[in-house]
Amino acid sequence: MSFFRVDGISLQFGGLKAVDNVSFEVDKGEIFTIIGPNGAGKTSIFNLISRLYEPSSGRLYFGDCDITGLPPHTIAKMGIARTFQNIELFENASLLANLLVGRHCHSRTRLWQELMFLPSVKRAERQHRAKVEEVIDLLDLQAYREKIIAGLPYGVRKVTELARALCSEPKLILLDEPSSGLNVEETDDMSFWIRDIKDELGITVLMVEHDMTLVNRVSDRVLALNYGRVLASGTPAQVQSHPDVIAAYLGS
Amino acid sequence: MLDFIQQLVSGIALGCVYGLIALGFVLIYKATEVVNFAQGDLMMLGGFFAYTFISLMGFSYWSGFVLSVVTMGLIGMLIERLVVRPILGYPQFAIVMATIGLGYFLRSTAGMIWGTDDLKIDNPFASGVIRIGNLVLAHDKLSVIVATVILCALLYVFFNRTRLGTAMRATSENMLAAYYMGIPVKRVVSLIWAISAMVAACAGVLLAPITFIHTNVGLALGLKAFPAAVLGGFGSIPGALAGGVIIGVIETMAGFYLAAGWKDVAPYVVLLGVLLLRPQGLFGMVARKKV
Amino acid sequence: MQFFFKTTYDQDIRLIQHRGQLWSYALLFGALLAAPLLLSSYLQSQFVFVFIYAIVGVALMILTGFTGQGSLGHAAFLAIGAYTTAYLQSKGVPFAGAGLFHLDLTLPWIGASRLWLPHLGYFLWAGVLTGIIGAVVGFPALRLHGIYLLIATISFAFIVEEILARWESVTHGNEGLRVRTLQAWGIEIPTNHVSFYYLCLGVLAIIIIGALNLMRSPTGRAFIAIRDSETAAKSMGIDIAAYKVKSFAISAAITGLAGSLYAHKLSFISPEMFTLLLSIEFVMVIIIGGAIGLHGAVLGAIFIVMVDPLLTWVKDDVPTFIAGLATSLGVGAGRAQALEQTLNNVASAAGLKGAIYGLIIMLFILFEPMGLYGRWLKIKLFFQLFPLYKRASFKRQKTYVKTERNR
Repeated sequence: MSFFRVDGISLQFGGLKAVDNVSFEVDKGEIFTIIGPNGAGKTSIFNLISRLYEPSSGRLYFGDCDITGLPPHTIAKMGIARTFQNIELFENASLLANLLVGRHCHSRTRLWQELMFLPSVKRAERQHRAKVEEVIDLLDLQAYREKIIAGLPYGVRKVTELARALCSEPKLILLDEPSSGLNVEETDDMSFWIRDIKDELGITVLMVEHDMTLVNRVSDRVLALNYGRVLASGTPAQVQSHPDVIAAYLGS
Repeated sequence: MLDFIQQLVSGIALGCVYGLIALGFVLIYKATEVVNFAQGDLMMLGGFFAYTFISLMGFSYWSGFVLSVVTMGLIGMLIERLVVRPILGYPQFAIVMATIGLGYFLRSTAGMIWGTDDLKIDNPFASGVIRIGNLVLAHDKLSVIVATVILCALLYVFFNRTRLGTAMRATSENMLAAYYMGIPVKRVVSLIWAISAMVAACAGVLLAPITFIHTNVGLALGLKAFPAAVLGGFGSIPGALAGGVIIGVIETMAGFYLAAGWKDVAPYVVLLGVLLLRPQGLFGMVARKKV
Repeated sequence: MQFFFKTTYDQDIRLIQHRGQLWSYALLFGALLAAPLLLSSYLQSQFVFVFIYAIVGVALMILTGFTGQGSLGHAAFLAIGAYTTAYLQSKGVPFAGAGLFHLDLTLPWIGASRLWLPHLGYFLWAGVLTGIIGAVVGFPALRLHGIYLLIATISFAFIVEEILARWESVTHGNEGLRVRTLQAWGIEIPTNHVSFYYLCLGVLAIIIIGALNLMRSPTGRAFIAIRDSETAAKSMGIDIAAYKVKSFAISAAITGLAGSLYAHKLSFISPEMFTLLLSIEFVMVIIIGGAIGLHGAVLGAIFIVMVDPLLTWVKDDVPTFIAGLATSLGVGAGRAQALEQTLNNVASAAGLKGAIYGLIIMLFILFEPMGLYGRWLKIKLFFQLFPLYKRASFKRQKTYVKTERNR
């Protein structure tokens, strides 16, 4: 029983096959990266996994659970979190409010308790806040706690996306192009954080990336896609020396 | 059977008026993604101006018609400049409320200027009828149908075959990109409001022989035009007409064949049904967001 | 410049953030408690309307301001609450108290039968029934966004109005229903008595505290998440459908409670009192007040309810005042007289109220989109930052239309 398995998944938009019979397995505690040119179907696979799209065929397994038919909010509660390529933060709220929403899958309070704000609700709020502060400490976001997202620079928003996903204490985190739009320093920070996520927090990382340096630095295994189909799979070195991958993506 | 056809023609005529108002909605929506809740009230204003030109100032029916259409076009541009342009880009809810406020304002001001009685204008359609066997079809209803079909055809060609029409569709998709592409966005939006107001004016003048001209005409008909626009699919010109006719026929038939009260509710029941089963309407397109 | 140094998480979680807030709200509440002793009975009556409108404003804030579901149909929920009140009152149910009431129904196969139901007074039943209907409305509303939702709520309100007019066995149709004096636990509370004022104030206070509790808890955050980005909300584990339905239910329930008070205030209800125009008035409450916080609901309610007295004042006093001003500036007596006459005509014209309403909505959206509460926050910020306040603090960024078709 693998930690996470994608089994022959396909996605068709009318006549366009965005994902064509893709299968792979992710082991617990590893960093698995998907690479490929634009339009290769990487984000589509992510959207399939986080259940925002319905696959035309194929199945998804998280542990021994078939998650293919489940709605997005259910798999979030099962421990799969994701970040978005085009940032989907709550623009008019403060950073703290955004991160607290990330704790939603762990809230156990009922509506009637919240309306009266019973002591149990207050205790739960303190706990949520404590957990969020841990993530803020990990990612150095203290200075931006009360700031409204709309006014923050792009690099900080990308980190906030990551922070919000981490606040839900996931078992598997999907990072969609974590380094896009970041400069060299910020990409360096990001690579350290991704390693920290794996080493300190024990979270399995499934990642889509274009930046090959980052891919080489952090990945345990790599999958290369093109036109929705798998080209090659293996360690970063293996994939990068594969002739098909070089022809399609890396250039010879 | 005769009754049925009689009611059908009535329904189609009524539906054409709804269709013209719905057309106004759709035009503005196509260019700026704003739904103008004051569309019915623009129609009412068109009727009032026609009254002023024809009955008060003594112009002939056709010149009065043209004058009121032109006046409404100018008023449409004025409204766009003062009320709509500053708030484009605001959340939809805010813009909708602004147009509701505009409608309120136009309605009440018209009441203050022209009074609250029903007004009539002399027109060449008032008493003419066409007889086909035992069937009696009134000229005023037929004029509405003919004019609507002509207007719709013209506007459809304009939007889909001309550059200006394409420019308008681009503006509603992504205004910033339209600016960058060299589209004169401000002028385009002005023009679309002018056209929309002129279409509303046509509806107002054509409707005058059937319902007379008074301040509440706009609200009542404007609200019923929503089911028409939704049924047709908000982005489609032939859809607006089709939706309007269907709603008009349903309403007339309901009034004739069903118990009292159903006449007014039937369009809304249809609307809710459409929204639940096929929200994009008959001719609309479904879109998805790519994340 | 004020700066609040935070040392515990509780300071963020608490309702009252610091001592100053506690004092100002206590003062405000005290003033409201003392008001009936100082104000004329006319103003006291207007205040009751302010409280009722504010309760609906809070309900609408929860649905539209916080969850982003626009609704132009809240008059229907108010009507359902009002009619539930009138109907149960006719069955002998008190405003508050416990017991049973019965409904005589004709069921298929069984025939005429009597259904016994428990009650804690019709006030709570008004809230519960309206809340259930709100939830029912919420389900189909799941698939609708933006303008379609608005149109659907307008249709819903219209259909409810029509049902109320046709279901004559229960609602007496267009003849209307009389609502008798409020009775709670054996005590009579006549509508123009000061105890009714305190009742409405109490209900408003409880509703506001409940709403504040809601918004600082996970459910409230889920609502805001749904408003700002449904995709992200889904991925964070928020069941969009369940929360939208909850939002509708809560909003409708609160409006139902307000409907009960409204029925008593008017002491006579008929379907044509609950039209689209009333729904628009409620939305005006949150637009004028500002859809950014619950303060907005109260400020907006005050504004809307005060428009009528203002118009009366304009009609009675302003023309004479302006004519007097003109005379003192040297205008001839004849001209001043003519001026007063014209102003009188304008002020008395039917439809002035509608024109002013329309103008107010447009002006607020154009110039004060954050409403009165927003203006109040800007003024507060000015004094807090004095003299370092920057004029561009709230300058609007130019926004462009971007299609909302792909949400």
